[in-house]
Amino acid sequence: MTAATPAQTDPLDVERIKKDFPILEREVRGQRLVYLDSANTSQKPRQVLDAIQTYYERSNANVHRGTYLIAEEATAALEGARAKVARFIGAASDREVVFAKNATEALNLVAKAWGRANLRAGDPVVITELEHHANIVPWHQLVDEVGIELRWIPVGADGHLDLTDLDRLVDGARVVSFAAMSNVLGTITPVERLVAAAHDAGAIAVVDASQYVPHLATDVAAWGADFAAFTGHKMCGPTGIGVLWGTEAILDATPPFLTGGEMILNVTKEGFTPNELPWKFEAGTPPIAEAVGLGAAVDYLSGLGMEAVREHEVALTAYALRTLTDRFGDDLTVHGPSEPAERGGVMSFTYRDLHPHDLTQVFDEHGVCVRAGHHCAKPLMRELGVAATARASLYVYNDEADVDALGDAIGAASEFFSS
Amino acid sequence: MPGLEDLYREIILDHYRNPRNRGELSSPPATRVEGFNPLCGDEIVLFLDVDDGVVSDIRIGGQGCSISQSSASMMSAAVKGKTLDEVRALSRAFKGMMSIHEQVLDGEPGGNGASSADDADPTAEAGVKLGDLEALRGVVKFPVRIKCATLSWNTLLQGLDESAASAS
Repeated sequence: MTAATPAQTDPLDVERIKKDFPILEREVRGQRLVYLDSANTSQKPRQVLDAIQTYYERSNANVHRGTYLIAEEATAALEGARAKVARFIGAASDREVVFAKNATEALNLVAKAWGRANLRAGDPVVITELEHHANIVPWHQLVDEVGIELRWIPVGADGHLDLTDLDRLVDGARVVSFAAMSNVLGTITPVERLVAAAHDAGAIAVVDASQYVPHLATDVAAWGADFAAFTGHKMCGPTGIGVLWGTEAILDATPPFLTGGEMILNVTKEGFTPNELPWKFEAGTPPIAEAVGLGAAVDYLSGLGMEAVREHEVALTAYALRTLTDRFGDDLTVHGPSEPAERGGVMSFTYRDLHPHDLTQVFDEHGVCVRAGHHCAKPLMRELGVAATARASLYVYNDEADVDALGDAIGAASEFFSS
Repeated sequence: MPGLEDLYREIILDHYRNPRNRGELSSPPATRVEGFNPLCGDEIVLFLDVDDGVVSDIRIGGQGCSISQSSASMMSAAVKGKTLDEVRALSRAFKGMMSIHEQVLDGEPGGNGASSADDADPTAEAGVKLGDLEALRGVVKFPVRIKCATLSWNTLLQGLDESAASAS
């Protein structure tokens, strides 16, 4: 393990960043709020909250309809947010960026709209053992409804995907769908290699980028995938908005998912003509204020610089792995890759035989917010041989003091349950 | 604000560290049922022998947090040797104690609903003694943990139904 970068050379000014997040000023149970659950949902900076507030106070109107000034402003705000997101992820055009409710809805759109139109009984779909339920259950449904064959890329003991049998697994596949970063282990997967393997086999490549886009500079064009899904609320944006990115070619080949207003060019008694991209996939009034908030979140992260965000998280993850291991030794098991450069700031751990739920209950007494459970990845938990883990996850507003507070909370839980 | 000692009473920790009726029964003849807590991944495997309307033996397997495991242990000790009617009454009383909605809704009009958990339990079944199970009363102050405490009871009820179905 490499030594952590000292705080004074941190590429982010975390002390200043913390001041951008009003919730971090809060005390809980008489303690400073130590938020270590950003893989679950991130906190929101004042800049995002203000953008949403300003939109509602000054420009609120429905989009793509009104001829009056504030309706034009609302439309420009929605489409402006789309353009920001497109630039942020390296999309070739705004037409490739579809707003959805969250990453789960985006992945359901792929499985249910593209999948039902293009998959037949016996068609192989390849996913991995690292997947979140959002990239498992929609395919399970196609097993039941269409009769597709679901294949699993295994995860090795080191927390990385085991690609030994990749060629055999993707042979004849129609879809290869995988997470760019594990929400449980933090594992960063070889996206470009998996995309190439998918395309060589004649399959489309779908990337669940929910844990990746908030933490690493993303270039979907360089990935070369067909679809990528992520969500706004894990990247300083509000809940209720996610993104499905797709190439124009594949979006054109995908029938509409939800239907109704907004997504049509024309409706007659006989039928309908779908709207152009991306509105073809956005039925009903879209989450306008949420899109505005996501646009502000993209501005905020761009202002910090995604390279700096990544550098900060690698250094802080290295600090956490080193100090917690030094302090607790073999009593603490941190799952996933041991090399900080090969993982995100997501640390799933178990402490002795204490159940994660009991651990995090004590953490709460110390103001430390950590998730316990199966993290919507039960197949992976089974491979790890655990029912649940505690999971601490880092973001731009976390510093070494937060990691130290986690260590103190683990110590307190240990003391509480051994007394 | 409730503290950890409201949740982790000493008797609960004792059942967690020294679980009663841990193990398996051969099935059949025992009824085997599984219960899952989708929140935290707790799993319970319950083996149940019912003879002449009496829970003659019970064993608990699976894994989970201290609340789910101690609740299962206490449940097993409470129902072993009881008649099915007694077990169902006990189950209703326990689930009543764990019901946050009933606790609040049954509070006096205009009264402080939040404090009703400390008052006489309005949902208690007449004549049912909860005994050690009372130690779990504090769980209701930690709403996300209620499902941990009720997992074993819900699994037990499922087991009683399956046992009755296979006997008929």
